[in-house]
Amino acid sequence: MTNPAGRFGIHGGQYIPETLMNAVIELEEAYNHYKNDPEFNKELSELFNEYANRPSRLYYAEKMTKDLGGAKIYLKREDLNHTGAHKVNNVLGQALLAKKMGKTRLIAETGAGQHGVATATAAALFGMECVVFMGEEDTIRQALNVYRMRLLGATVIPVKTGTRTLKDAVSEAMREWTTRISDTHYCLGSVMGPHPFPTIVRDFQAVISKEIKEQMMEKEGRLPDAVLACVGGGSNAIGSFYHFIEDKDVKLIGCEAAGRGIDTFETAATVNTGKLGIFHGMKSYFCQDEDGQIAPVYSISAGLDYPGVGPEHANLHDIGRAQYVPVTDEEAVQAFEYLSKMEGIIPAIESAHAVAYARKLAPTMDKDKIIVVTISGRGDKDCAAIARYRGEDIHE
Amino acid sequence: MSKIKNAFSNGKAFIAFITCGDPDLATTAACVREAVKNGADLIELGIPFSDPTAEGPVIQGANIRALAGGVKTKDVFELVRNLRKDVTVPMVFMTYANVVFSYGAEKFIGTCEEIGIDGIILPDLPFEEKEEFLPTCKAHGVDLISLIAPTSENRIGMIAKEADGFIYLVSSLGVTGARSEITTDLKDIVEHIRSVTDTPVAIGFGISKPEQAAEMCKISDGAIVGSAIVKIVEQYGKDAPPHVGEYVKSMKDAIRDL
Repeated sequence: MTNPAGRFGIHGGQYIPETLMNAVIELEEAYNHYKNDPEFNKELSELFNEYANRPSRLYYAEKMTKDLGGAKIYLKREDLNHTGAHKVNNVLGQALLAKKMGKTRLIAETGAGQHGVATATAAALFGMECVVFMGEEDTIRQALNVYRMRLLGATVIPVKTGTRTLKDAVSEAMREWTTRISDTHYCLGSVMGPHPFPTIVRDFQAVISKEIKEQMMEKEGRLPDAVLACVGGGSNAIGSFYHFIEDKDVKLIGCEAAGRGIDTFETAATVNTGKLGIFHGMKSYFCQDEDGQIAPVYSISAGLDYPGVGPEHANLHDIGRAQYVPVTDEEAVQAFEYLSKMEGIIPAIESAHAVAYARKLAPTMDKDKIIVVTISGRGDKDCAAIARYRGEDIHE
Repeated sequence: MSKIKNAFSNGKAFIAFITCGDPDLATTAACVREAVKNGADLIELGIPFSDPTAEGPVIQGANIRALAGGVKTKDVFELVRNLRKDVTVPMVFMTYANVVFSYGAEKFIGTCEEIGIDGIILPDLPFEEKEEFLPTCKAHGVDLISLIAPTSENRIGMIAKEADGFIYLVSSLGVTGARSEITTDLKDIVEHIRSVTDTPVAIGFGISKPEQAAEMCKISDGAIVGSAIVKIVEQYGKDAPPHVGEYVKSMKDAIRDL
């Protein structure tokens, strides 16, 4: 009997068509080779530092701390990365890996457009062809990012099936990969899908927690008491958590998109409302009905609008190592406005979910406690949508 | 061992796929009966799934129409109970892992045995993950059908050796749907399979015309047709059954004497 690969507790695995099996095996072998290759790691850290602007800042949000009157708040500024989000960490890693594997074409799914923009950027840098699948609904919500991807030389294909959002973009990218494997790498954007993607994406994003740890030791001489990050598929969250998993005194809190509330059907809070299932190559928690039909989830945030969660998060939830809390649209929009006015930082609406929970949590903690909130991306892309949410129509 | 081998005992097998509940279950039942009457040797019943990642646009559309019509897994079981009153050819379910998993593997596969379903095809359950359902399938005498793809290469022997019922050989890269030409060197793959097992091999994906079915059956034991039939159902809706019957006859006639 074959030992199932890539399990996190009971979650993970490789539930994909036979057509793709050799492709993921080839990817796993290449990754296992290059992850320990000094040359590969040297090239990747040069790209991180010289091209993507790493390390990203760990910024003490003094005004916000004073305003909330509790724990000291630090912001991990992934929004300052080149392309404006944490997505670039994973993409530079995967694109470099794909190049070493001799692939000449990158395909990707995108929700908010940040992963698509990052993939289009890496493709431009490495001289590769790039095709991005994006739910039609999201191409409307995130029109600016569609333009950015095209400007970078990528082809953007609006996906018109299902709910026309991130889940359908993933399905369509998987379908595309089965039609063309030999020259194409599927640059998956989150810690989800079949093994080895959840591990590869986590390892490339783990630079976030590695830096937080070093920066925190330098600034405070100790570890934080809690690390907060938003969770859709969960890549910035696992990146923020990873090097703290063994530090049991550091609370790890993932902030899920509750949409209009976890007691409504218009939610995307998978850990809070979903159940165990098998979809998009993995066993994990999914929003679904009693027949296993995947639910049409909803969130104001295109990047969190996904009915599943990465298998490692599902396991961290099972073993009680991380906590997953729901944050509504309204709370996220208020936090989006709050951080803009309070600190002069416009966060992505995705990241605003983590800011919203920090606003609840910080006042309940003593002043000698420390919270780190990962600002996974910048909010310029969201301004038009948030204005619409507030009843204001602006033209970009 | 299930009855699936019976489908391959009358020369080359014609395997017809139909999405349950498109446009409604009564039409599905009538289409199945027409297909069997006109020579289908095995029926693949698709249980609709919200996100069928291995399907092309035609079968995706059928899934959406069926789910919009409110079809539930338990309704599909009822359909089979009804069909088994007179349909004797082997029947298998084709669906996605989550449909079986969420219903409960024991309950789903146990019901398959009870109502006379002979096998299950799950395109998102590769060899490495088959332990998810295989022990339950074996316990109930329901065959878990293995798929082999043009990209399987070094995996062919491993998969074929453990295959039950029949082997579903995917003709080409990509998702389901009609293709004007099938260019994969399937003959070599079939020979490789036959060197390790006696389990019959049927070819699917992309077959829509009688000539294609004949060509595929010359090198294998059967042809599987899905999208072309689903397209007829899409076109004629509730009036589809006789058109499906006529089509199945044309396909079976093309492979009957091979």
